[in-house]
Amino acid sequence: MSKSLFARNPSVLIFLACLALFTLGVTALSEALGTGLISTSFVKTLGKTLCLCLIAIAMDLVWGYTGILSLGHFAFFGLGGYMIGMWLMYERTRDIIVTSMANNDIPPTPQEVTDAIGNQIFGVVGSSDFPVIWAFSHSLTLQLVLVVAVPGLLALVFGWLAFRSRVTGVYLSILTQAMTLALALFLFQNDSGLRGNNGLSGLQNLPGLDAVPQATVSLWFLWASALALGLGYLFAAWVVSGKFGSVLRGIRDDEARVRFLGYSVETYKLFIFTVTAIIAGIAGALYYPQAGIINPAEIAPIASIYLAVWVAIGGRGRLYGAVIGAAFVSLVSTWFTGGQVPSIPLGFYTIDWVDWWLVLLGLSFVLVTLFAPRGIGGLFDYWTNGRPPNRHGQDLGPGAGALQEKEADA
Amino acid sequence: MRVLLAALAAILFLSPTLQAQPTTVQEVLQAHGDAIAKGSRKSIGPAIDAIAASGLPQAQTVLETWQAKDMWQRKSDGLFFSAKEVAKKTYRLTDFDTGQTVGEFDKGDLRQLKPNSGVRALIGVALVQFQLSDPDPARRLDALTAIQRDPEPSHLAPLRASIDGETDPAIKIRKQQLETLLTIRFDSDDASRIAAIETISKDISLDTRATLNTLLATTRKAAPGAVPETENIAAVLKPGTEQLSAGDAYTLLADNGLAPALITDGEQRNILSANISGGKVSGVPVASLNTQAARDRAYAALVAEGKAVPRPTAEDITAALANHSFYDAYFEPSKPVTDAAAKALKSVEIRVAFNQTLDLALDGISLASIFFLAAIGLAITFGVMGVINMAHGEFIMMGAYTGYVVQQFIPNYTVSILVALPLAFAVTFAAGVAMERLVIRHLYNRPLETLLATFGISIALQQIAKNIFGTQARPLTAPEWLDGAWVLNDVVSISFIRIAIFALALIFLGVFLFIMRRTRLGLETRAVTQNPRMAASMGINPDRVNMLTFGLGSGIAGIAGVAIGLFAKVTSELGSDYIVQSFMTVVVGGVGNIWGTLAGAAMIGFLQKGIEWMNPSNTLAAQTYMIIFIIIFIQFRPRGIIALKGRAAGD
Repeated sequence: MSKSLFARNPSVLIFLACLALFTLGVTALSEALGTGLISTSFVKTLGKTLCLCLIAIAMDLVWGYTGILSLGHFAFFGLGGYMIGMWLMYERTRDIIVTSMANNDIPPTPQEVTDAIGNQIFGVVGSSDFPVIWAFSHSLTLQLVLVVAVPGLLALVFGWLAFRSRVTGVYLSILTQAMTLALALFLFQNDSGLRGNNGLSGLQNLPGLDAVPQATVSLWFLWASALALGLGYLFAAWVVSGKFGSVLRGIRDDEARVRFLGYSVETYKLFIFTVTAIIAGIAGALYYPQAGIINPAEIAPIASIYLAVWVAIGGRGRLYGAVIGAAFVSLVSTWFTGGQVPSIPLGFYTIDWVDWWLVLLGLSFVLVTLFAPRGIGGLFDYWTNGRPPNRHGQDLGPGAGALQEKEADA
Repeated sequence: MRVLLAALAAILFLSPTLQAQPTTVQEVLQAHGDAIAKGSRKSIGPAIDAIAASGLPQAQTVLETWQAKDMWQRKSDGLFFSAKEVAKKTYRLTDFDTGQTVGEFDKGDLRQLKPNSGVRALIGVALVQFQLSDPDPARRLDALTAIQRDPEPSHLAPLRASIDGETDPAIKIRKQQLETLLTIRFDSDDASRIAAIETISKDISLDTRATLNTLLATTRKAAPGAVPETENIAAVLKPGTEQLSAGDAYTLLADNGLAPALITDGEQRNILSANISGGKVSGVPVASLNTQAARDRAYAALVAEGKAVPRPTAEDITAALANHSFYDAYFEPSKPVTDAAAKALKSVEIRVAFNQTLDLALDGISLASIFFLAAIGLAITFGVMGVINMAHGEFIMMGAYTGYVVQQFIPNYTVSILVALPLAFAVTFAAGVAMERLVIRHLYNRPLETLLATFGISIALQQIAKNIFGTQARPLTAPEWLDGAWVLNDVVSISFIRIAIFALALIFLGVFLFIMRRTRLGLETRAVTQNPRMAASMGINPDRVNMLTFGLGSGIAGIAGVAIGLFAKVTSELGSDYIVQSFMTVVVGGVGNIWGTLAGAAMIGFLQKGIEWMNPSNTLAAQTYMIIFIIIFIQFRPRGIIALKGRAAGD
């Protein structure tokens, strides 16, 4: 440990500097500070993008570094959102109820207030009682603990079951996808206690802060997201830089060999799976107050696959690649689906990008997988001259599945 | 007919015994003339009954004419006639008794009787006894259906009378069944009711169960002291148990006036708020009323002032509950009848449960066939070749859309399905070969990247389908001979489409086994799967074999798509609905073995139906538990139900 973390990873400092610059720039141009060059809704979009970058880092840790293609991390993201959403919704509804009940001729008892809140929140699913899982929703502290605890515990139990029985590779991917699907289907039920397919809404309003304009609130969330992303990046860089990171990469390249070397592969995998689930939960808890609404459709398996798409396009196995991929693809996606891209008239048919964007994304994803496994991040290698040594076309790794040099160069 | 009626009328006229009875329908009508003219549902009953009970042959005609609003009254003398419009505002009147035309009259001289729907319904009931013996079998059946829908005690006698004269054996059986049900419900003799109940205890039809349940309907009652002897008791209840909570028991008492009503917290609040004067409720400041204890104090003060009734205390409630007995009483007063009915219902329910199990098994088989169909293509590409194809679901969708497009050009559904099946195979075979050549070939040995690349293709294909066909569901109509269902009895039935899918699944199983075991392609596929280099050195072209095998798997997905499209909605999401279950089927069953896929499909199908049966209202929950079960199952058999052993099992 002669050199510090930053000295070994100059990209961390560059990234943090870029992130700080970006945050300052957006702050300076936002509506809250008067210039108004960037609209509040776009500040929110940028804030949400930062959260997506954070979960992309988690995905990169678990997939790019450890080789576990998890198709379930958006489930943890959604759970984090639900946990914070419960508090936001409860407190917000309580404020409204207390205000409206203040006009009653007799002041309400605590029981009446609770009943009215329950009626207000669960009226849409034909119920009025608080389910057990809402037991802590009155307390911000406890719900914040749950933001970390619920995704973490779920990942711990699921990962323990899966890794213990040596489910690997494609099987694990399908299993994680099944877990996501099960969770989404469960939440879609009205009696799941989380308002079925209505989800939780009105999350953009912070309780007790009605006087603060949304422009300011959106800036706060942008700062919080940027801070979380910066810390997440630092943490991820720290995890992958030392000996621990080497073991992770070893598991990715040849799991059996690492196991024979005496490392407890399952423990490493379980640790990284749980930690990334927690990061995903935190990212979700920051994302959904900016989005304003969360419903089970957000957790559908397709979302987790898009996450893999972002990381793959950005370049897996490098942290800044994941960030670039998530930011680039989600912003371009917003741009295309927002109808701002001009259509291409072909004479016999007009390509409307709102309809054809997903086709373009799918196909470009195939092309990236086939021809540019290093993604956008790979472009930096030309710049830093960090090209790998010439192995005269041999396999890069020992296994039959390892990349060959000519593929890695592509 | 008319001659016959006239003859009958003549006999009646000649008969000397009919002195006391009216001899013509007109007399009967006149006897109730005012009620008939008034046409009120409340007072019309005796009139209708008199006509129906007159025993006159014209009674049916009169009632039918009346019901059809063709009975008119002549204003001059108040006589009733059947009228027919012959010219504008001119009506030809016919006498009911003689059947003779009376003459043509201007509308101004007549008054039409317009029975309202309630009166017409009453007439309909009265007509039943005539209809039960109607020469037209269709009308007899209609009458039976009408009785079945709304049975009444009065139906029993005419129904019994009509059984002996019944010539049609099928109708006779129905009449006898209905007679049994009516006997059970309305007969005055307990012995014959019990006998009838015993005869139906082997029958599981809905009518039987409905009759028995009606007979066993109970009402919850409370009485001071012991349970009264006069009631036919179904069960004596104790307050505070699962059947009857203490709160419900007290509410029952209060509703029956046996105890003072419970005042809820909300009602208490309203009473308090009604008694606010000058910011206080009997001396207690309003602002302090924000706890239940404070409100209770204020309320007690109100009671002391005599402005409110006291709330029953916990001791009051306990005492009231102890002093009363609670029980479920049958509406049916006769105990032997209810006992026999309870016994019969038990035996019926056992039979119903048995049949439900059978029905559930049929459902399970049909769901398993669907999963098998959806998964068999995957069993080839994933199971045999080890290539994971996330676009498999989209091949199923392409097959279904191919069927839809074919139906646009060929209107005959039978022909179009026969054309669509091979065409869907061709389309998806081509798509599969193209995908193998362009993408998958470059990614052998990199399964995770194959997964991602094929997912990219899946996203693109799904969106292209959405762009071409729109987001709304497209119909893929089954031929008429597949409509309907095979109905065994009221409990067990299965639609023909599901039987066809089961048959198709069996055919696919056979085709798969044939190709893999008996053809050159199967041999080469197995060789390439086991050891590509050795196969290549034996003169097999692995590229070609892989391409054809992948095409075969995709083609089968296309055919499965046509089959699935016949009963599911054809949308661009059709494939993604099945993809996770398909992978589950293959993984649970065991990769690389068609019997494993079969076992996996059977297990998942039966399990899902079983879980749905336990919680029928919630298919979402069933799927959730299903997936959790699979995750746990994988713990114990990571390689599936039927795992390959030996070298072939190596990664």
